[in-house]
Amino acid sequence: MADNRPCRRDLRHYIDVVSFAADDVKLFLDTHPDCREALEFFDDCQAKRALALKEYAKYYGPLTIDTADLSETDRWNWINEPWPWQEGGC
Amino acid sequence: MWNYEKRLQYPVKITQTNPKMAQVIISQFGGPDGELAASMRYLSQRYTMPYKEVTGTLTDIGTEELAHMEMICAIVCQLTKNLTPEELERSGFDKYYVDHTLALWPQSAGGVPWTATVFQSKGDPITDLHEDMAAEQKARTTYDNILRLVKDPEVADPIRFLREREIVHYQRFGESLRRVQEHLDCRNFYAFNPEFDTCK
Repeated sequence: MADNRPCRRDLRHYIDVVSFAADDVKLFLDTHPDCREALEFFDDCQAKRALALKEYAKYYGPLTIDTADLSETDRWNWINEPWPWQEGGC
Repeated sequence: MWNYEKRLQYPVKITQTNPKMAQVIISQFGGPDGELAASMRYLSQRYTMPYKEVTGTLTDIGTEELAHMEMICAIVCQLTKNLTPEELERSGFDKYYVDHTLALWPQSAGGVPWTATVFQSKGDPITDLHEDMAAEQKARTTYDNILRLVKDPEVADPIRFLREREIVHYQRFGESLRRVQEHLDCRNFYAFNPEFDTCK
């Protein structure tokens, strides 16, 4: 398992990128609800984000409550990883 | 980073308007012991909190308070829907209406604007957690006061839910305080401030 482990920094950066893209296009879609191109882009971002969040949670702990996976642990680990304003947290 | 969920934490479905009651309940939006102050208090305190369990509690409760603020706003919004000028005048809600129409604005029942001076972020975990526990009790008392005035069960139901959450939060902050004290010198909790002093 350790060999297949994705690089933490890269994966986090990827999540930041696709999440911001989703945030930004979401805002655009609020005022352009029929834009086909934007709709497809949102779809793409959302799918990538969901997958990446799940992947991150599996190896490095959950970033959102919806990806908290307790299948391989008997301990709540939401508080164990550094907070985003701390070293190693962003 | 925060994400919005397009739902209330507990449903608010009020079918009878009551601007007089709205004027009272708005205090839990922008009053001294309201949900906005609660959220800002915990979300401000958490950055320098040295114990991760307590940072987690402050983050999660601070977030939940935003959802409670939304519930209070939903209650006020539904209590003041489609009011006529006559109803506004009769209820006394006209004084709020003249400045804000029927929009939500954080103020106390007495009309005092929301201000950050109603809470502290002191940078000392024992001080802050005592403030937090007191805040939950003050909010609980306010909900008790509101419940004595509310006759409509559609209003009382979500207010009772919110009151209950104050009690749960008080419990969690009490556990947080105990955890902080376990990290300190049991003969003198104030020997040093773990949010500032580096030597023990």
